[in-house]
Amino acid sequence: MALKLMKGNDALAEAAVRAGCRFFGGYPITPQSEILEYLSKRMPEVGGHFVQSESELAGISMVHGAAAAGFRTMTSSSGPGFSLLQEGISYIASAELPAVIINVQRYGSGLGDIFQAQGDYFQAVKGGGHGDYRMIVYAPASIQENVDFTTLAFDKADEYRNPVLVLSDASIASMMEPVDLPEMHEHDPNKSPHAAKGKGNGPFKRITSTMYYIDDFDTYIKTKYDNMAANEERWEAVQVADAELVLVAYGITSRICKEAVMLAREKGIKLGLIRPITLWPFPAKAFKALPDTVASFMTVELSPMPMIQEDVLLSLDTRKPVHNFLAGMNIPEPIDIVEKAADCIKQTAKGACNG
Amino acid sequence: MNSIICSGFGGQGILTAGLILAKISMDGGKQVSWVPSYGSEMRGGTASCAVKVSDTEIYSPFIKEMNTLVAMNEASVDTFERLVKPGGVLISNATLIQGRTFRSDIKVVEVGATAISEELKNIRGANLVMLGAMIQATGLFTPEFFADGIDAYFDAKGRNTPLNRECYMAGVTAAEQA
Repeated sequence: MALKLMKGNDALAEAAVRAGCRFFGGYPITPQSEILEYLSKRMPEVGGHFVQSESELAGISMVHGAAAAGFRTMTSSSGPGFSLLQEGISYIASAELPAVIINVQRYGSGLGDIFQAQGDYFQAVKGGGHGDYRMIVYAPASIQENVDFTTLAFDKADEYRNPVLVLSDASIASMMEPVDLPEMHEHDPNKSPHAAKGKGNGPFKRITSTMYYIDDFDTYIKTKYDNMAANEERWEAVQVADAELVLVAYGITSRICKEAVMLAREKGIKLGLIRPITLWPFPAKAFKALPDTVASFMTVELSPMPMIQEDVLLSLDTRKPVHNFLAGMNIPEPIDIVEKAADCIKQTAKGACNG
Repeated sequence: MNSIICSGFGGQGILTAGLILAKISMDGGKQVSWVPSYGSEMRGGTASCAVKVSDTEIYSPFIKEMNTLVAMNEASVDTFERLVKPGGVLISNATLIQGRTFRSDIKVVEVGATAISEELKNIRGANLVMLGAMIQATGLFTPEFFADGIDAYFDAKGRNTPLNRECYMAGVTAAEQA
């Protein structure tokens, strides 16, 4: 298979097309606008539909409609636009329809700014919309993973009949790397088991029932999300077998941490890395499998305040220090991560560490 | 692992130079990453891209200190010269960067890329002249392999001209003589 050099956003969009996505509705916002630009050209080529909607709210509602009609469907946004999608995501989850949502993270609350960040973590993994639902959240760290996890997201959305989120960021969006694209997959909307085709004819043709709560809905819906939590954890563990301190980072930050681990090992500092690939379900199993040598952790995050720390603490059976390297709006340097980690290892040995 | 920064004014083809380097390196069996400068630089002023070329997995795609700097304008030297690793290579566009004292612990190759591309009547090929000088000075690939890659790159876009290869080869020659 010939490799192709592609930009993150373009590769993600092409992966959606190849997964059989034939409806996209969404609104442009930096740093994800290339997804729309790409699909506006590509969708007509494959007989699909691309709509630049009048707002994010309209876009996600169109996606809801396309999903109900049996289509593989996707929308994409960033920052304030992702906030506007939340109501629609909650509705799609409630209707138990498959859809893929992309959030290419940018910095800050409010308008924020257009550069890379990881500040949407809570909104992505703790449920940004109202009510009782969860989404599998994939965190790609390369252009190839943008392709692989977008493909997987469509499959998992169908499997669980639930929206699935791919959480990219501005740096993965704009950089280029070689990718191996999958074969084209066709999806027949009419063969989707959930496709609403209507019953009867005439003025009272019924498309769907007005109330969808079945008997013992609570148990039913809890079981669905429990199954997702139990079966969908994914992670990568790097050099943890004898590690004293384990870094925890996802997405682009995890690659900087991998470099930090290699650098530390050259200096004889025993660092390891757990990279959550699914942010929900958070890979708790990865932490339970760690050896006793691990005395502490350090999350490395592109945000000014700790977020993953909370989920690391919830994943530990015994209380161990969880420190943070908070890079905020700056790309961290591997050497700075190593130095802070080395300091934390010393402090942990003494029984204290600040931040 | 080779870390290369290409830097210049927006419009000098600096992102394309990095892209061509990444593409040919990929076709040559290397691991590659290409990261553009991002944000306000895209809207004027100096633009740059960071390219990594490696035989092994590339962890961080970002570059702080580089093996090679391709500097198309003065501002690029101001920003990045101090970050070239000792023993590294700096390709300087001598048409626009003149009368400067460079660091003595790096190899500096001064090539009048803009003037050469004008002489060859391919003014947008100054970036290819710089690439020629860079390949010659670093030995990253053989000059001929890379020249074929440049032809393949523009052929695939359906808009190649012999002038592209000429510009590139002029860069190779200039670096040989420098």
